[in-house]
Amino acid sequence: MTESLRIGVFICHCGTNIGGVVDVPVVAEYASTLKNVVHAECNLYTCSSDGLECIKSAIQEYELNRVVVASCTPRTHEPLFRATCEGAGLNSYLFEFVNIRDQCSWVHMHEPELATEKAKDLVRMGVAKAALLEPLEELSSDVIPSAVVIGAGISGMTAALSIAKNGFYVHLIEKEREMGGLLSRLYKLYPTEELVDDFLEQRIKTVGGHERVELHLSTSIKNITGYVGQFKVILDENGAEKSIDCGVIIVATGAKELEPEGLYEYDGKRVITQLQLEEKLRRDALNVDGIKNVVMIQCAGARGEVVRYCSKICCMNAIKNAKLIKEANPDINVFIAHNELQAYGEEYELYYRAAKKAGVRFLRFPREKRPKVRTSDGKLIVDVFHDRMQMNIPLDADLVVLSVPLVQNPDAESLSKLLKVPLGQDRFFFEAHVKLRPVDFATDGIFLCGTAQGPKDIEESISQGYAAASRATIPLAKGYVRSAAITSSVDEAKCVGCGICESVCPYGAIAVVETEEGRRARVTGVKCKGCGTCGSSCIKKAIEMHHFTDEQLIAQERAAFVIEAVVSG
Amino acid sequence: MKDKSVLVIGGGVAGMQASFDLAEAGIKLCLVERTPSIGGRMAQLDKTFPTNDCAICILAPKMMDCYRHENIEVLTLSEVIAIEGDIGSFKVKICEKPRFVDAEKCTGCGDCARVCPMGIKSKFDMDLRVRSGANVPFMQAVPLIYSLDRDKCMRCGLCESVCGKDAIRFNQKPGIVERDVSAIIVAIGFDPLDPSGLTEYGYRRYDNVITALEFERLICAAGPTGGRVIRKDGSEVKRIAWIQCVGARDTRDNRPYCSSVCCMYATKEAILTKEHYPEAETFILYTDLRCFGKGFQEYVNRAEGDYGVEYIRGKPGEIREKEDKNLEIFYSPTSDKVEKLEVDMVVLSTALIPSEGVEKLAEILGTELDEYNFFKLKDPYNPTETTRTGIFVAGYCQAPRDIPECIAHGSAAASRAMEVVLGGSYDRIT
Repeated sequence: MTESLRIGVFICHCGTNIGGVVDVPVVAEYASTLKNVVHAECNLYTCSSDGLECIKSAIQEYELNRVVVASCTPRTHEPLFRATCEGAGLNSYLFEFVNIRDQCSWVHMHEPELATEKAKDLVRMGVAKAALLEPLEELSSDVIPSAVVIGAGISGMTAALSIAKNGFYVHLIEKEREMGGLLSRLYKLYPTEELVDDFLEQRIKTVGGHERVELHLSTSIKNITGYVGQFKVILDENGAEKSIDCGVIIVATGAKELEPEGLYEYDGKRVITQLQLEEKLRRDALNVDGIKNVVMIQCAGARGEVVRYCSKICCMNAIKNAKLIKEANPDINVFIAHNELQAYGEEYELYYRAAKKAGVRFLRFPREKRPKVRTSDGKLIVDVFHDRMQMNIPLDADLVVLSVPLVQNPDAESLSKLLKVPLGQDRFFFEAHVKLRPVDFATDGIFLCGTAQGPKDIEESISQGYAAASRATIPLAKGYVRSAAITSSVDEAKCVGCGICESVCPYGAIAVVETEEGRRARVTGVKCKGCGTCGSSCIKKAIEMHHFTDEQLIAQERAAFVIEAVVSG
Repeated sequence: MKDKSVLVIGGGVAGMQASFDLAEAGIKLCLVERTPSIGGRMAQLDKTFPTNDCAICILAPKMMDCYRHENIEVLTLSEVIAIEGDIGSFKVKICEKPRFVDAEKCTGCGDCARVCPMGIKSKFDMDLRVRSGANVPFMQAVPLIYSLDRDKCMRCGLCESVCGKDAIRFNQKPGIVERDVSAIIVAIGFDPLDPSGLTEYGYRRYDNVITALEFERLICAAGPTGGRVIRKDGSEVKRIAWIQCVGARDTRDNRPYCSSVCCMYATKEAILTKEHYPEAETFILYTDLRCFGKGFQEYVNRAEGDYGVEYIRGKPGEIREKEDKNLEIFYSPTSDKVEKLEVDMVVLSTALIPSEGVEKLAEILGTELDEYNFFKLKDPYNPTETTRTGIFVAGYCQAPRDIPECIAHGSAAASRAMEVVLGGSYDRIT
């Protein structure tokens, strides 16, 4: 570094929030004695417009080339101070934040002297790091203004249509010969009891007919490369290979019914699944078969039997089918053996009541005593232990219907590897944050919706389809993505290409490639989030984190313990 | 070209998500919030199920992202009072109530609050804390600008005398703001039901019967008791029971619906109790345990297996208060028995209902409500479209849903508004 270091330090009183505990003028006085510090001052509120003006004029007046603010938290205020530095002509990464509110005045409010000492320590550390800061640039790259949506079930169709309506081109990819997904195999929807065929027909027409939606039916994904804004998707469309460039990708691959092999005497004939029942209902086959007693068993294979989770939709789906059977054939007895009943929300509770009114009989069994299906003289009998009456009730059945959970499609595994996005413990695609980012992946530019994320009903699948469309439209509408300046970089002279970094990177941002010098790790800056995982796992110390270099952090740590070295003499 | 913009009503998690998505897509918008801070109900929660993330810790950065966004204009203490026009060209009139503080000058230091001699029950803390007349609802409030309670103010002038920024404005008047927008998103959330009317539970009559949202404030380390769950006499809880479906799935007041989130938040609150007080005994009395979301069954399994939370099926018929202020809960687990459970605190998992003022707002907007006062959809499979074209709905005010569902719904409404603003699509989408 040829230029001489000129560091300015600004210590905030925050009214009495910091000033009431920490002796701010003393800390400022101390800061002015530190090596490379040419200016130190205290402000009543550094973040107020007056305070920001002080920073700007000090940068001019004292020709500062590094700025340290000791105040509250970078979570809320770092962008403000960075922008202020930028505004005064200083690269915004030449700014260092020291938090003396949360870490001093708040946690040590009853020990003001010690809080002041700690504030001095933190400021000294911040100054030591600031001396080694380097200017960084945020890079921006273009976004191809089109989307790929994988899966043309209800959520994928919804997402594709909304992105198209937002003004962008969409490739909708479906492995089957038709759109509609799992939904197309159902008979009616709950709670409206609208015919699925009518419902789907209209939507398929709208989506397929949109000028900005290009359908790829009977198509599978061969390969995916690239990153947000610049993806390349290789398709196998009816045996022909096709390449598509796009800016964003939405995963809407849906789910399938669990096959209840070996459970409850399942045979696909007299003991069937709800989906098989829907197919019978579509053909009005119950009358034909002369069925008198139908017993539905909830949580078959779910909630600890085969899978651990509750599949969310099975209670309402069973209630719907039971009600439809009962209304069409009042002479048929329909029983639903259940444990908990998931009639959540506004409509479903009412629908549950309507089914009861229609004559559907509900029997609750304890979770640890699931029903048993047996055959006696060729007849099917379902033994249900009644929870409230605490006794076994044997039910004659001509047809047993198992409400089995939705499970992940088997090909999700390979898609997750192609996209480098994770599956959860339940095998469903794992979103970026369970609470706050339900339709995002941690990797930028890739989104998800519908039952690929977990069991959900039609309405919620549609809602997520729109949500994914909104998230995916953002980079398309912007037209560019800005990559963070705080990324990692590889010193190829030190790298031995072991690949540990690649295996730990949660964003698929670092990969080992063949170079003329041999195997070396390379970072794709646009994908990197600067989390530092690769850096900390590199056994050759070949990876450096910009803005958090080993040199900077060690200097900061040394300053915590070696006081004299950083006080100017 | 004139900038097309959007109005978002309600700064809770659904409204913030809708705003953020729109703003990131380059659309200007105005976010109108009735209270002094954005954040909504989620800000009042201690942790969130099923990950036990600290609610405000994960919410606060989202609040800042919204507030600082160049495309978002946040108006707090504000309400929509009139709209005119149609999709593509709504004219909105918003009333901005006075804060009695110069928002430009206030830095949120709190010096005014420290000197104000007034004591007012904090609504944010469910009346469990007495705050001063100069107030931000909570420490992470956004914007961090104080406001004065002029109704109760004695005009002593102390706040004015200590304010280092000369920001106190006793004579501030309400302002009217007008905005032209292409689309509107309503996301006004919910209120918890006041269960005083359900006399069998003894809320307000018995010392140690509280609501679940009150419990959230008690168990919160930043709350009025610093995270201690205390009874009225100041002692800490040892045996505590949650009662589910209080006022929900109940036809007495025409509230047959399920609030959708109570089984899980009760499970969370019981787990948190066990974390604060490992010796405490915790019971959840329920009808159907609704653990249908991602990771919910696993969370309940953990509550039961790892923490020893006891789930009891049975809805109480009555609660009696004993002389020592303990509570006896009477319930019937099987058809031939009535059992008694004695605890030292009862938490009521009350129904969540549409926010106060929803009828007035629906009238202003010209949108229909359903019979429980949730915003009515034009089509049940078009989950954000109200009965008026160009006005979309997001979050709990449309129907019960949890936080991730509210966020997805917020984004979904944003995409519909994008269709209008970016795509120029004014027709109904099927």
